[in-house]
Amino acid sequence: MFGKLSLDDIPIHEPILVVTFLAIALGGLVVVGAITYFKKWGYLWREWLTSIDHKKLGIMYFIVALVMLLRGFADAFMMRSQLAMASAGSEGFLPPHHYDQIFTAHGVIMIFFVAMPMVIGLMNLVVPLQIGARDVAFPFLNNLSFWLFAAGVILVNVSLFVGEFATTGWLAYVPLSGIDYSPGVGVDYWIWALQISGIGTTLTGINFFVTIIKMRTKGMKMFHMPIFTWTSLCANVLIIASFPILTATIAFLTLDRYLGTHFFTTDMGGNMMMYVNLIWAWGHPEVYILILPAFGVFSEVIATFARKRLFGYGTMVWATVAITILSFIVWLHHFFTMGAGANVNAFFGIMTMIIAIPTGVKVFNWLFTMYRGRLEFTSPVLWTIGFIITFTLGGMTGVMLSVPAANFVLHNSLFVIAHFHNVIIGGVVFGMMAGLTYWFPKAFGFTLNEKWGKRSFWCWLVGFYLAFMPLYVLSFYGAVRRMQSYEDGSWQPLMLIAWLGAVTILCGIVCTLIQVFVSIRDRKQNQDLTGDPWDARTLEWATASPPQFYNFAHLPEVNSVDAFWEMKQKNGGTAPKPKAPYKDIHMPKNTWEAPVMGAFSTVLGFALVWHIWWLAIVSGIAIFATFMARIFNNDVDYYVPAAEVERIEREVQKRAEMQA
Amino acid sequence: MRRNPYLRALGLVLMLALPLVLAGCSSALLDPKGEIGQEQRTLILTAFGLMQIVVVPVIVLTLAFAWRYRKGNKDATYAPDWHHSTKIEAVVWFIPCVIIVFLALLTWYTSHSLDPHKPLEAEEGQNEPMVIEAVSLDWKWLFIYPEQGIATVNELAFPEDTPVRFRVTSGSVMNSFFIPQLGSQIYAMAGMDNDVHLIAEEQGVYRGRSTNYSGAGFADMYFDAHVGSQEDFDNWVAQVREAPDTLTFPEEYYELAKPTEGHFIKYFSDISSSLYENIIKSFHAGGQHSEQMAQYADAYAEGFGNGESAKGDEPQTYGESMSAEAAE
Repeated sequence: MFGKLSLDDIPIHEPILVVTFLAIALGGLVVVGAITYFKKWGYLWREWLTSIDHKKLGIMYFIVALVMLLRGFADAFMMRSQLAMASAGSEGFLPPHHYDQIFTAHGVIMIFFVAMPMVIGLMNLVVPLQIGARDVAFPFLNNLSFWLFAAGVILVNVSLFVGEFATTGWLAYVPLSGIDYSPGVGVDYWIWALQISGIGTTLTGINFFVTIIKMRTKGMKMFHMPIFTWTSLCANVLIIASFPILTATIAFLTLDRYLGTHFFTTDMGGNMMMYVNLIWAWGHPEVYILILPAFGVFSEVIATFARKRLFGYGTMVWATVAITILSFIVWLHHFFTMGAGANVNAFFGIMTMIIAIPTGVKVFNWLFTMYRGRLEFTSPVLWTIGFIITFTLGGMTGVMLSVPAANFVLHNSLFVIAHFHNVIIGGVVFGMMAGLTYWFPKAFGFTLNEKWGKRSFWCWLVGFYLAFMPLYVLSFYGAVRRMQSYEDGSWQPLMLIAWLGAVTILCGIVCTLIQVFVSIRDRKQNQDLTGDPWDARTLEWATASPPQFYNFAHLPEVNSVDAFWEMKQKNGGTAPKPKAPYKDIHMPKNTWEAPVMGAFSTVLGFALVWHIWWLAIVSGIAIFATFMARIFNNDVDYYVPAAEVERIEREVQKRAEMQA
Repeated sequence: MRRNPYLRALGLVLMLALPLVLAGCSSALLDPKGEIGQEQRTLILTAFGLMQIVVVPVIVLTLAFAWRYRKGNKDATYAPDWHHSTKIEAVVWFIPCVIIVFLALLTWYTSHSLDPHKPLEAEEGQNEPMVIEAVSLDWKWLFIYPEQGIATVNELAFPEDTPVRFRVTSGSVMNSFFIPQLGSQIYAMAGMDNDVHLIAEEQGVYRGRSTNYSGAGFADMYFDAHVGSQEDFDNWVAQVREAPDTLTFPEEYYELAKPTEGHFIKYFSDISSSLYENIIKSFHAGGQHSEQMAQYADAYAEGFGNGESAKGDEPQTYGESMSAEAAE
């Protein structure tokens, strides 16, 4: 009846987990109670859960990402605490079985359920507005993508309290993740969480690729697109090209584990290094999926706050395209120590360092955008400057790692850990924080508190250096990654400094939470009724904040880069207001099918993890039936009458005038 | 003054960086004890130095531009529409290109000269090369000395100034064989015969370990490599030959392959011939490995790493290891 699942799989003997569960259960009850008390279920369902509005989906992605950031950071904090203690024979407070799950979960959560939804959330919020579109190409798929992603999130979190998570490292290398060496359900949770959310990501990639190619507003040529849209386009190309590799690789691993095939086993003709090759053929483009949109954010931020056109727009685009292509021919640098021949290693090493050229050019372009500008030190700018410096250092250590003969002594050491946190925190996290601060007023109509934003920045910056510079040093002493304890007591002082770094980053996260709280409390003072609080340059600022659900009353017409800036210049420095007559606007309707499919996907994943076959079949059929219901549903769109548009527009303008 | 936070942060970072850099100088990678490791140290420092040509100006320019062109500075030129300069763009493409060309040449050269598979020739005054076979198991290292007909667990010994060819494979999941002070690591993969050539030019005890995470007992997969004179090595071999245990394939080998947590040392005075080759072949023999390991399926199903291992016990070693004086 319940497959492999029994009461023994609920870890009531783990005090940390029990307390966590109680905290989450209590928090959940409070939220559910509040929604019920304020009678908000209908509102939540109609306005958010079933919404196909890209802006609302973007916000939902970001909320989930921030919640998961707390979870992923809790893992990080436990790891740093363990390593600060488990020195010279001491066992620390986490036995290997627990510690191994934590570092695996940390990696999986931070990449798939924090960084990815932040990037995709920003793309959702910003890209259609930047290209002057009313929604994405496939609004239903957009909502479905979100719910498939949410299914993955739920499965990862369920693994905390029912069963266990993988103890294999975030990429679940075979043979360790094979059924012989990991017979438990941990790897199965990993498989289904990634497989289901990965399908959502692929759909997002296709959706935004088509949106950017087909739905740009009148006159917007490819080389008129804002840089964030360009970097998003490239990221989506990478998603389309690489996520199917992940899906196929995990599918083969699934067959090995569930049906006893031998794609990746050590014997019977399986080839485990094929898995390692495939997973990195996806994994390397993946890091560029994360960093390219962050590059886009910095480009927008620096041009806006330097009050100056971006330096070298064309070079910026070509550098992005070059990185996109190169990212597919460097995957072997993750395992030079496999022992491939010298020619192969040299090829992949050189290809890798070539990426440093377009990346270096981008850095110089940001520098020369500041040059002869009027730079305002807002918190997005602080994140950007912190990024340029931190990322340059991370890029340097990346090039060091890319030299095969040097990699032979640096591989698998803490040097690698320090390097990729150097570029992911310094690049992606700083980028997403800059993007969050920059576009928050567009999403909500009021700006974020600057004081707490800056405090958060300084904590993250100092915390990052404290936490990761010691790891670079420790790697020279032979410290390697994923060790639950270490026998050399002389490493402990540096591990303690790294722990202090984690504490400082915690302060940064707390500052962000306070920032959000304070900003909501003071929203009246920080209100932005102009729609353009930063005097910015691109189309998303040409509409109200938050934008009307149809984004633009009239689709804007574009004939240059920085289209909105030009509009303002032509209009004597202020944004032109939309005027009557208005036309009917064609819009998509909300969808109940996508959240239902997401819910059944969660059940399907859970059933497959625990081998509850009947439930898997039932939920599989339910997904299919819901999908059919959607396919045969012709009532998916409607027209907003011109009169209604006029009413909404007049209201927006009246509010703006009242403030003025 | 808005300048202060930047300078303060910069000062803080520099102050933190300095002791870290100084501390790094006596580390394993910067104080290597063999030719391979020394060349790798030079390579790392060269690559690091070359990149400073870009890194330092970028950091300085970032801070300088940000400060010079701040909003409050009305003395600075403001050119809101200036967005292109062929000269500057040529320079910013050219400089990274030149550095990468140098690095690429260096990469090509060192990928070949430091190829782990490349045999080390015995130079004048050095001993003839020898072979040691390393097998990673859950969670320990088995070292086989085919020429001496002995084997050990978690203890290595070889004479100084002797090129050693380590053949590396795994009897379990993937690991990586690494002695930081001697240089290159290499993956240990089941069913595959990998190798790395290393040499120690100074006597001493060098800590080695698996660097590739392999499961619950991974943290304890370390070993010491004792490097002494030829005489020391001969004595050590004699000592191992006195051990009561032997290692036959497949019986005793699969007993040893039983997953264990916690660090221990063991000697085997005699081994089956072609032990290393047989271990590799077991993965190409229609499921021989799986059949043999099936006896431990329950142990794997139960799971490891719940803190119940015999960790903390004194490692059982057969007598003092070879070169107490060399360790000084």
